[in-house]
Amino acid sequence: MGRYDRHIMLKEVGHEGQLELSNAKVLIVGAGGLGCPILQYLTAAGVGTIGIIDFDVVEISNLQRQILFKTSDIGINKALAAKKQLQDLNPTITIEAYPERLTSKNALQLCAAYDVVVDGTDNFVTRYLINDAVVKTGKPQVYGAIFKFEGQLSVFNYQAGPTYRCLFPTPPEAGSIPSCSEVGVVGVLPGIIGTQQANEVIKIILGIGKVLSGRLMIYNALQSSFTEIKLNKTVVEVFNKEEFLKFDYQMGNL
Amino acid sequence: MTLNIKYFGLIAEITNCNEETLDFSEGSGSCLLELLFQKYPALVGIDFQIAQDHKIISKNTMITGAELALLPPFSGG
Repeated sequence: MGRYDRHIMLKEVGHEGQLELSNAKVLIVGAGGLGCPILQYLTAAGVGTIGIIDFDVVEISNLQRQILFKTSDIGINKALAAKKQLQDLNPTITIEAYPERLTSKNALQLCAAYDVVVDGTDNFVTRYLINDAVVKTGKPQVYGAIFKFEGQLSVFNYQAGPTYRCLFPTPPEAGSIPSCSEVGVVGVLPGIIGTQQANEVIKIILGIGKVLSGRLMIYNALQSSFTEIKLNKTVVEVFNKEEFLKFDYQMGNL
Repeated sequence: MTLNIKYFGLIAEITNCNEETLDFSEGSGSCLLELLFQKYPALVGIDFQIAQDHKIISKNTMITGAELALLPPFSGG
């Protein structure tokens, strides 16, 4: 039996779909709570080229939810540690690790080199940077974000659909919305949201089902409830290329 | 009219509930915000979007819908 047998059995995937997965290139920004399950499922699914960008190192407090990492990974860069674990899971795919920050200097080049960009970051600055870079490069952005027991999920800039700036045109005041490291997060939540992000990536690559574009899904783990909000395209483009490259992405500027 | 309002994330922590019903006379999103800021002063300064009947609306949109939601951005990942 082959590695992708259970996929190939599905009429929605088949040999042709599995080939499309192996030809696809997906960039995951952030190998944290969301990034880990996204990376694991996309690696297992046989996405042919996976890029991982994360400047941070694995810390002991990450292990409660970042289930790709082991205790022996503590202190190692997340992109490099993830690559090592994932390559063992599926040695047949190409994994590019970028142990650096996503900035306005490298974002366009990186996004342009991939078919789909997945947002697994933990801060607003990088979320707006990803938004502006995918708009510039015309790539779909699979968005996930979490707060304590709740998660948001959507696909932005898909076939010229709404973008993150159509949902939240400008970032909140610095410090007004706390991060997971400030207020905590239930460990399974990024697993639930990240797995759904991986599902949206697979749907985009295969062209099957109804991609979560123009819709924001909000999940509440305490209530076990999903709420769906419709989004319209309201913001077209913020910067031209030169402005983008020069722009200093930080809170207060966006 | 009676509005059913759902709260998410940090907003639900401030209101201390996931949803509630509110009496609302008539007006735009701004009027609704005024009412909410009176009831929950800690909401002032918090960024969020308003959805009416599952669609994002602007502050100028008239409130007609029976179901509203206040959606803050989440940063965590």
